[in-house]
Amino acid sequence: MSAMTDGPASVVKAIPHRRRSSKKRATSILLSALAVIVFACAAFPVYWMLQTSFQPNNEIIGSQVNFWPKTFTLRNYETVLFATDRAQFLPALGNSLMVTIFTVIIALVFAFLASLAVTRFRFRSRKSFILTILIVQMIPGEAMIVSTYRVLDNWSLLNTIAGLTLVYVATVLPFTIWTLRGFVNGVPVDLEEAGMIDGLSRTGAFWKITFPLLAPGLVATGVFGFIQAWNEFLLALVVMSRPEMMTLPVWLRTFQVAHGTTNWAAIMAGSTLMSIPVIVFFLVIQGRMTQGLVSGAVKG
Amino acid sequence: MSSLTAASPSAPSVPAGTPRTSAAKRRARFTPYMLLLPASAVLMIVIGWPLIQLFIISFQEFGRAQVFGAPAPFIGLDNYTKVLGDPAYWNVMVRSLLFCVVNVVVTMVGGTLVALLMTKLNKFFRVLMSVGLLLAWAMPALTATIVWGWMFDTSYGVVNYVLTDLVGLDFHAHSWLINPLSFFFVATLIVVWGAIPFVAFTVYAGLTQIPDEIMEAAQLDGARGTQRFRLIVFPYLRSIFLVVTILQVIWDLRVFTQIFALQGIGGIREQTSTLGVYIYQVALGSGEYGVGGAIAVITVFFMMAISLYYVRQSLKEEQL
Repeated sequence: MSAMTDGPASVVKAIPHRRRSSKKRATSILLSALAVIVFACAAFPVYWMLQTSFQPNNEIIGSQVNFWPKTFTLRNYETVLFATDRAQFLPALGNSLMVTIFTVIIALVFAFLASLAVTRFRFRSRKSFILTILIVQMIPGEAMIVSTYRVLDNWSLLNTIAGLTLVYVATVLPFTIWTLRGFVNGVPVDLEEAGMIDGLSRTGAFWKITFPLLAPGLVATGVFGFIQAWNEFLLALVVMSRPEMMTLPVWLRTFQVAHGTTNWAAIMAGSTLMSIPVIVFFLVIQGRMTQGLVSGAVKG
Repeated sequence: MSSLTAASPSAPSVPAGTPRTSAAKRRARFTPYMLLLPASAVLMIVIGWPLIQLFIISFQEFGRAQVFGAPAPFIGLDNYTKVLGDPAYWNVMVRSLLFCVVNVVVTMVGGTLVALLMTKLNKFFRVLMSVGLLLAWAMPALTATIVWGWMFDTSYGVVNYVLTDLVGLDFHAHSWLINPLSFFFVATLIVVWGAIPFVAFTVYAGLTQIPDEIMEAAQLDGARGTQRFRLIVFPYLRSIFLVVTILQVIWDLRVFTQIFALQGIGGIREQTSTLGVYIYQVALGSGEYGVGGAIAVITVFFMMAISLYYVRQSLKEEQL
């Protein structure tokens, strides 16, 4: 888009050169300042979380607010990691990791198979399957909790890793199928056919030619599923009520309630520990995801 | 081989030199169904079955007693009439809709402005701004809410400190969450802060796809900034705007985490519950599964009606 601002300058010669360029510079300074403000507003809460988490609690509840830790401490992280009142961090981390990783693996495999079916084959009920996927994606989870809870209870799946994983796989699947479908579509069938002419079997052509091209798409979709499952709060709250079965979001909330307003520093340390993996993953895949969202879900 | 989608589905191209037996052909016909089986099974079990159950429960008297094994008699539309006759439900509905409208409008306008700003920046400032937006986008909704709650804390929050000690207003020990209106002001800040990055990046991606020549031609023809936006950019990005707006409407109507967690920090439940939180409170909080089910069924239909356009648009864009 740089042509929008630079391009016309070479074409339009009517305006005196100097006045135009100084006006242009003023505009560009103003816009850059705006960008800095947007950056500050967007990043401030993240900064605030971090810097609070490194302060001793007695200093953040003084009359003065520190914009930078006066005393740098890791004690809040110690409190979070090893506090023994109520639910504990490490088991919650374990639960979160297990549920999230199982969810991602299962959802990726299932979604991959399904996306192959809808992109590489023509069959009856193909369109209705895609339609179902889109509709299912729109069913609000908040409405479903009423019966999801009852159904899981009947199957004795409440407070189990398997139960929450099952629910998460179903939650993540529609989006995963839809996105993977876009990625598979992006690999031309011609490539596979060329491989088949060269003597590969159909399956061989797929694994040797298409699959390597899909790997980045699979990674990006998987990471997106990871983030969704890692962050999910409502279903985890409903399904995992026992302290030893809590996932990180549920743990963070009880931790917050347990400590009331007294230990914000520790709560910020807990929030940091929960957010960091997501932020790192997100920064890694963001380019591909925005691309995928635009070409897949919201193709212009 | 007839099932392989080539570029032309009506005339399937059979690759030369691959003779197929009829057994292989038959297998190929079943392959897609086998591939769909695992995904379909999971969706049936976790979405389909509970959805049917939800529907049934909504016509039953289903409370605490039924959870512990008492029979659940069918009571026709009683749950529905109870819900629709309850002013508390309508309050929640109106509150959710208002919250949704305000948030969608602010998010869309803000996101679009940020996207436009992105196109005008040089690389350094564009990257800087993107990093900030990505941080906001990546932050989990729950931790974001807790952090904002801390920033707006009555006694030690940075917001009250800045407004009182640096700006000079009287916000000493001001409680932001007790008053419903200012509760929703904070909630809006949290939701909009988290949603603007998605809108901004999506619109920006759309903006970069508008051919430069068109913008230049318009500029040469003397179209001003706002005219260019109205006459070129907006029509060009119409479908992106529509789809993103609908997604925002759906997400903001369903907002749960932010409201629920903010209520936990402070704020009066009865005056601040939105649809998702209300269902949770009625069904799992007070154990009235039947009534909660009725609200949920109404909500599902309501959401479906809204998302219909999104579904249609997605199907149209994709040329299945």
